[in-house]
Amino acid sequence: MTDVYPDGQGTSSLRFDSQARSTTATPPVVERPRNEGDETSRPDVRDDAHGVVTVERVELSAELAGGEGRAATADVAEYALWLGDDALILSQQLGAWIARAPELEEDVALANIALDLLGHARSFLRYAGSYDDRTEDDLAYWREESEFRCAWLFQQPNGDFAQTIARQLAASVYLFELYTALQSSSDETLAAIAAKAVKEVEYHRDHAVQWTLRLAGGTDESRRRMIRAVGDVWPYVGELFRDEPLIDRLADVAVRPSALRPAFDAVIAAVFAEAELELPTAPMSSAGGRHGSHFPTLGYLIAEMQVLARQHPGATW
Amino acid sequence: MTTDVLIDEAAEQAAFDAIIEADSRIEPRDWMPEAYRKTLIRQISQHAHSEIIGMQPEGNWITRAPSLKRKAILMAKVQDEAGHGLYLYSAAQTLGITRDEMTDQLIAGRARYSSIFNYPTPTWADMGAIGWLVDGAAICNQVPLCRASYGPYGRAMVRICKEESFHQRQGFEILLTLMQGTPAQQRMAQDAVDRWYWPSLMMFGPPDDESPNSAQSMAWKIKRFSNDDLRQRFIGMLVPQAEVLGVTLPDPELRWDDDAQRWHTSEIDWTEFHEVLSGRGPMNVERIRHRRTAHEDGAWVREAAAEYARKQAGIRSLSDERRGGTRTAAGTEAAS
Amino acid sequence: MTTSGASPRETWPLWEVFVRAGRGLSHVHAGSLHAPDADFALRNARDVYTRRSEGTSIWVVPADAITTSDPDSKGAFFESPAGKNYRHARYYTASEGVPHL
Repeated sequence: MTDVYPDGQGTSSLRFDSQARSTTATPPVVERPRNEGDETSRPDVRDDAHGVVTVERVELSAELAGGEGRAATADVAEYALWLGDDALILSQQLGAWIARAPELEEDVALANIALDLLGHARSFLRYAGSYDDRTEDDLAYWREESEFRCAWLFQQPNGDFAQTIARQLAASVYLFELYTALQSSSDETLAAIAAKAVKEVEYHRDHAVQWTLRLAGGTDESRRRMIRAVGDVWPYVGELFRDEPLIDRLADVAVRPSALRPAFDAVIAAVFAEAELELPTAPMSSAGGRHGSHFPTLGYLIAEMQVLARQHPGATW
Repeated sequence: MTTDVLIDEAAEQAAFDAIIEADSRIEPRDWMPEAYRKTLIRQISQHAHSEIIGMQPEGNWITRAPSLKRKAILMAKVQDEAGHGLYLYSAAQTLGITRDEMTDQLIAGRARYSSIFNYPTPTWADMGAIGWLVDGAAICNQVPLCRASYGPYGRAMVRICKEESFHQRQGFEILLTLMQGTPAQQRMAQDAVDRWYWPSLMMFGPPDDESPNSAQSMAWKIKRFSNDDLRQRFIGMLVPQAEVLGVTLPDPELRWDDDAQRWHTSEIDWTEFHEVLSGRGPMNVERIRHRRTAHEDGAWVREAAAEYARKQAGIRSLSDERRGGTRTAAGTEAAS
Repeated sequence: MTTSGASPRETWPLWEVFVRAGRGLSHVHAGSLHAPDADFALRNARDVYTRRSEGTSIWVVPADAITTSDPDSKGAFFESPAGKNYRHARYYTASEGVPHL
C-alpha cells in the first residue's frame, strides 16, 4: 500500500508551524519533520517540552500467539475449534457492553477483557483452520450455527451487569484452570497460546471476583441481583467439565475437562464463602454445545456477527 | 480578616498574563481569571463529552465488524475513546467541577459535544470515513492544543494525540481496502465519504468573525489557530490522501487558488451546522438517551461498589481501633 | 490543602494515579480516575493508563489524601536559589581540572 505520508516512513511528527505555507505554484504540503530514533540527536528539532507529537517507532510483536504451525490432525483442529469458539462467543458478548457499562472505567475494563478473549479466539481459530486451509475469518463468518462448538455457559446472555459478572466468574475461573493445564499440552501451538492466555485470564478472573464480592456484598438490590444471576448461570457450569470421546482420542494434547473440576470448585468455594453466596443446587443442563446443539440466543448472536461479511461473499476487509 | 482580602488581584492578573505571554503553563492551583476557569471547564468538558458520545457511532459496528482483525481494531479504538474521555474529565476536575456534575450536565442537555457525532453510521464504510475524516479533523484541532496554556489540559492532549495516531490510519486503511475491493464496496466507501466530508469540515467551526469565543480563547492561548486556518490545513492534508484512496471529495469547486494561496471550496452550508447544533440533527436525541440509559442502568452497580467500600472501611477502622492503631494514609501499590 | 477536584459529593471518590514507566525511572503523575476503593482504583489505573506499556508500577492515592503546597505562598515556601551559587560545583573554580574533583 502506498504510504500516504510525504516523508514515506511512518515515524512522523505532527507539527503545525505558521511557516508551513510555501510560495511555489503547487499546493503546499503540511510539513512533517521526520523524527528518527532518539529525538535529542536531531539538533534542529525545536526544544518544545509541551507539544511534539510523534508516532513512536515500536517493535511490534506477533499479532497472534502460537506461531504459524499447522494442526496435525482433524481431532486437534476440532479441539482448537472448541477453545476458539468459547473465547470468540464470550468476546462477542462483552463487545456489546462497550458504551453501555455502569461507569466509564468499566467500559475500558470490559473492552480490555473482550480484546484479550478475541486474541485467544483468533489464535485458536487460525490454528483450527490451518488443518484444511480455512482462515480465522472463514471459520468465524462462514460456519452455520450447528458447526459452532462453544459451550452453553459462554452463550448465556449479558442480561444485567450481575448476570454478566456471574457468567464471567464461572468462565474465567474455568479458563484459568484450563489454560494453566494446557500449557503442558504435547501440542506446541496449543501450549504457546495457553501460556500467553493464562496471564490474561488470571486478570479476568480477578476482575470477576472483585465484582462478585462487591455485588454480593454491596446493597440489598445488588445482592438480590447477584444471587439471581448465579442461579441463572450455574446450570451451564456442568457442561464445561464433561469428558467427550474427542478428549480420549487426544491424550496429551487436550486437557481432560473433568480434571479441572476440583480446582474450579475450590476457587468458587472460596469466593462464594467470602461473598456469602450459596452454590445453586438446581440440576445441570444437558446443553450440547460440543455437538453443535446450542442455546437459543446463539443464532441471533451469530447472525449479527456474520451479517455484513455474508452480504459480500469473497470480499476482503 | 481572610487572606482573600489581602490578595492583590492586579498583581495576580499581571502574573497570570506574564505566564501566558511567556508561553508557559498555568497549573491547577494557580490564580486565574474566573472567565478563564469557566472557559476551560466548558472547553475541556465539551471535549471529554465528545469522546464519550463518539463511542456510540463506532460502537454500533463492533458486533458486526466483517473480520476479526477489524473487530479487534475497532474495539481498541472505541476503548481508547473512553480512555480519552477519562483523561479529559480528569483535567477538568482540577478546575473545581466533578465528574458527576459534568455527567449530569451532559445528560440534562446542558452541555455540548462535537456535533459531528449527531450523524448516524449506517454502513461499515462509515468506520473508515470517521477514522479518516473525523479523526483527521480532530487531530488538526488537537495537536495545537498540546501547547494549550493550562497544564493538565495540554498534558492530557499530548497523551491523547500519541494514542490517536492509529485512529486516523485505521480509518484510512478501511477505506483503502474498500476502494480496492468489489464494486459494491467501492460504492459503500464513496457514499460514506460523500456523507462525512462536509460535516467534518464544519468541525472546525464557523468562520472566525462569526465565532464569539475565538478571540478570547486565542488571547489566553487555549486556542492556537483560527478556525479557517485549521480548515485550510485539513483540506490540504486530505487532497493527496483522497488521491491515494481513489475517492472523490464531494466538492466540484475544490481547487488550489495560487493567487490567494489557499484552497478554494464551495460555500459551506452553515444552516445544516446550526440545525444540528440546535438539536435538530438526526441523532441528537438518541446520543443523549443512550448515555442517560447507560448511566441510569448503572446506578445500582455504582451504588453497590460504593456501599461495599464503605462497609470495608468500617470493618477496617473497627479492627484498627481494636488493635489500638490509627489508619495510615491510604495509598496502595502494585508493581510488576 | 488537597488536590483540586476531590469532592465528598461523588459516588465514587477521585484517585490520583502515578505510573513508573520502567526500572530506574520515578513515578510520574498520569492523571486521575474514579473508583469505589483502592483495589478497583489500581485495576482501573492499569486499564486506563497503561494500555500500551508493560512492566510498569502504579500508585493510586485518594485525591483527598494528598497535601499540596499553597501556590499563593510560593514566594515564601520555596526557597529562592538566587544568591546561593555556593550550592553548585561550578562556583568552585580553583578545583577545575584537579583529578577526581
